[in-house]
Amino acid sequence: MTDALLSVEGLTKAYPGVVANDDVSFAVASGEVHALLGENGAGKSTLVKMIYGLVRPDAGQMHLSGKPHAPASPKEARAAGVAMVFQHFSLFDALDVAENVALGMETPPPRRTLARRIREMSEAYGLPLDPGRIVGDLSAGERQRVEIIRCLLQSPRLLIMDEPTSVLTPQEVRILFATLEKLSSEGTAILYISHKLEEIRTLCDGATILRQGRVVGSCTPAEKSAAELAEMMVGSTLSAPKRARHEAGEVALEIRGLSLPPAHAFGTPLRDISLTLRKGEVLGIGGVAGNGQDELLAALSGEMRSPAGRIELAGRDIGGLDPTGRRDLGLLTAPEERLGHAAAPDMSLTENALLTAHGRERLARHGFIDWSKARGFAERVITAFDVRTPGPENAARSLSGGNLQKFVIGREVLQRPAVLVVNQPTWGVDASAAAAIRQALLDLAAEGAAVIVISQDLDELMEISDRFAALNEGRLSDPRPAEGLSVEEIGLMLGGAHDLERPGGDRPAARPASDAGAAEAHPS
Amino acid sequence: MIRLEKRPQPSAIWKTVTPLLAVILTIVAGGLMFAALGTDPVAAIRTIFWDPLFHPQYASYSRPQLLVKAGPLILIAIGLSIGFRAGIWNIGAEGQYIIGAITGAGAGLALYPSEAWWIFPMMVAAGALGGWLWAMIPAILKTHFNTNEILVSLLLVYVAENLMASMAVGALRNPEGGGFPGSRNLSQWPAASNPELIAGTGMHWGVMAAFVAVILAYVLMSRHLTGFHIQLAGQAPRAAAFAGVRPERLVVFCLGLSGALAGLAGIFEVTGPAGQLSIDFNVGYGFTAIIVAFLGRLHPAGILLAGLLMALTYIGGELASFTLGIPAAAIQSFQGMLLFFLLAVDVLTNYRIRLGRTEAAT
Repeated sequence: MTDALLSVEGLTKAYPGVVANDDVSFAVASGEVHALLGENGAGKSTLVKMIYGLVRPDAGQMHLSGKPHAPASPKEARAAGVAMVFQHFSLFDALDVAENVALGMETPPPRRTLARRIREMSEAYGLPLDPGRIVGDLSAGERQRVEIIRCLLQSPRLLIMDEPTSVLTPQEVRILFATLEKLSSEGTAILYISHKLEEIRTLCDGATILRQGRVVGSCTPAEKSAAELAEMMVGSTLSAPKRARHEAGEVALEIRGLSLPPAHAFGTPLRDISLTLRKGEVLGIGGVAGNGQDELLAALSGEMRSPAGRIELAGRDIGGLDPTGRRDLGLLTAPEERLGHAAAPDMSLTENALLTAHGRERLARHGFIDWSKARGFAERVITAFDVRTPGPENAARSLSGGNLQKFVIGREVLQRPAVLVVNQPTWGVDASAAAAIRQALLDLAAEGAAVIVISQDLDELMEISDRFAALNEGRLSDPRPAEGLSVEEIGLMLGGAHDLERPGGDRPAARPASDAGAAEAHPS
Repeated sequence: MIRLEKRPQPSAIWKTVTPLLAVILTIVAGGLMFAALGTDPVAAIRTIFWDPLFHPQYASYSRPQLLVKAGPLILIAIGLSIGFRAGIWNIGAEGQYIIGAITGAGAGLALYPSEAWWIFPMMVAAGALGGWLWAMIPAILKTHFNTNEILVSLLLVYVAENLMASMAVGALRNPEGGGFPGSRNLSQWPAASNPELIAGTGMHWGVMAAFVAVILAYVLMSRHLTGFHIQLAGQAPRAAAFAGVRPERLVVFCLGLSGALAGLAGIFEVTGPAGQLSIDFNVGYGFTAIIVAFLGRLHPAGILLAGLLMALTYIGGELASFTLGIPAAAIQSFQGMLLFFLLAVDVLTNYRIRLGRTEAAT
């Protein structure tokens, strides 16, 4: 870590009304895995977009291997040796792996050469990938490998990874980390964006912490505890969610052998799902996205109806009721997709409050809307859940993801549900907002409501669940008490044999759940 | 370099300014077109926008025409706008208008020459029912077989036109009309006529109905849950399903309502200004109302103003082709430009224009 591969000095970028980056300086050495740590909106994305040539800085300079680095486009950045793997993949489902890789190259070699190079690269870095497979059939982890291979074929000196583990199972995370370690041992620098503190502690050599566009500190992550890192990131002490011990009450929700066809061509059918949910209980449902999470939520929300006798709420058959009817009985839901599903993007927060709350909060009489009451309810949600917005008249799409998520969850929680079902409640939400949402879910359960949390974030599920079940290809495993479950057991529950392949070496021994997502100790 | 940047939320100012801007652009582009046709553009524009209301010679005839023409346009456009807000595209209001006229007139003529007071109200109800039934054809085909309501409703216009032609020479032909096509003159049958309520204004029951529709539509869209759900379904269909809106019910409601209002416009027209069913009874109100709905921003108050403006271009256009010899097709192009420019400048509501270097969207 002597000479810097990339050095950034005084980088500043302002957007109308907000300074995204203010005088940011840091350096990354060759072979270093460097973390950019910060809450949503701290300026991490803007910073790496400037390095990758997507955004031009207003002031400041960058040097790559001692030479000035001011890319006007991603093309120039790639030519200079910078590659980036985005959080959201840019792949064509209908094309195969090699075709997708070729599309990302300036001058793709002939297909046979390319296929051979993809094979070589995937073997060398332990990323098993068949160049002839159609991308639409790949798992999220395999899709990410396509993106990584696409970057590696350019032999980058600096690889930027934006929240790479958010879609991966623990096994896939391990494969990824082994690859990144191999890359760094060969001298490639890696700039790693994440807010998962444990994985940064295991993987990264150095970290730069951003808050509100400014560098507020740097550290060696392994020397700090996760709590210390979180405090640096948030600027205040985070309290871990508190759970009150409670006895499971009577049955709130019962699903018996529920099978449903997929709602659309790319959906997953639900297969013979059974579960019993008791009052005061939090049931965590894990699984990689696309294994029936959306369908399960739709079956519970009432967007998809079920045959008689499959779903009972407090002993009453609700399979045929629509969302309004189920809400009236106290079954509330919050879907994963915030914009367009849980909330209407162009509508105000007041209108979005009305969207699910008009019945239980009596915001309408005989169909006539009481707008001042609706506004009052929106304001209550905004206050109670610390939603950062100038006021309830603002459009939902003007809020950041985390703030909108707080609004969406808060809207349901404040309606005092008997059963609340949430899908990916903290996806893309910063640490303090995520903690607030989890605490709200636990408080709700403590007051006697039954809660189902569907999430890909296993740390989160282990933190708040009383029982854990896994959803895989539309099947739900038997729920087991969350306490004492090891990562390895969880991985097996999540199933999916294609996720278990691993570059060389034996399967490691079972490890405690708090290390979910972490790999072997990193040589630092 | 010019580029467009998405606004965080739609601009309230531009939402109001864009229709005015579209009108100005239409006047400029239309003026150029008239000049290219060899007509003095200033005279043409003045004839279209000014003379119908203030010309010393023509205004006494054309001024009442303003409400006569605006009434059906507004009535139909109000119904269409509610569907459009929900993303349900009834393009066949012209057909529902025709069917409303046929069923309403038919129901009345069956009782000719009775003088009962309830004949006119009964004809109005029959007209609305006819338009509603005609709109139920695309609605039910859509909810049951997932057909496209744009195509079905549009094609049913041509069916309706032929039906009307056959009625005018067949079942509803005036037995005392000496074999000429066309029904009895309803405006001269007191029990069925829809007279001018205040002399010299053009105000008739249809215009009253249009004003009432404007008010009710405003209440529905801004105060009632149904209106909220209609907007929700148009903006974010998945959010609407999550809220508990049933798309099929919305299709039936919106198509039914716009069909009934178009049918009302038809029966008011046939009993009043038109006077009788004839082969050339329909003059395109159902299609022009689509322009009116968009020009009025799908908002009831906007539609009221847009309807009056479109009526003005209709009357002024006739006047211009009569006094200045401008071809009818040029007048129609002029009206089409209005919609074209409105849709074009609409971009400014959701986007702002930035001059300068390209920067990738974030």
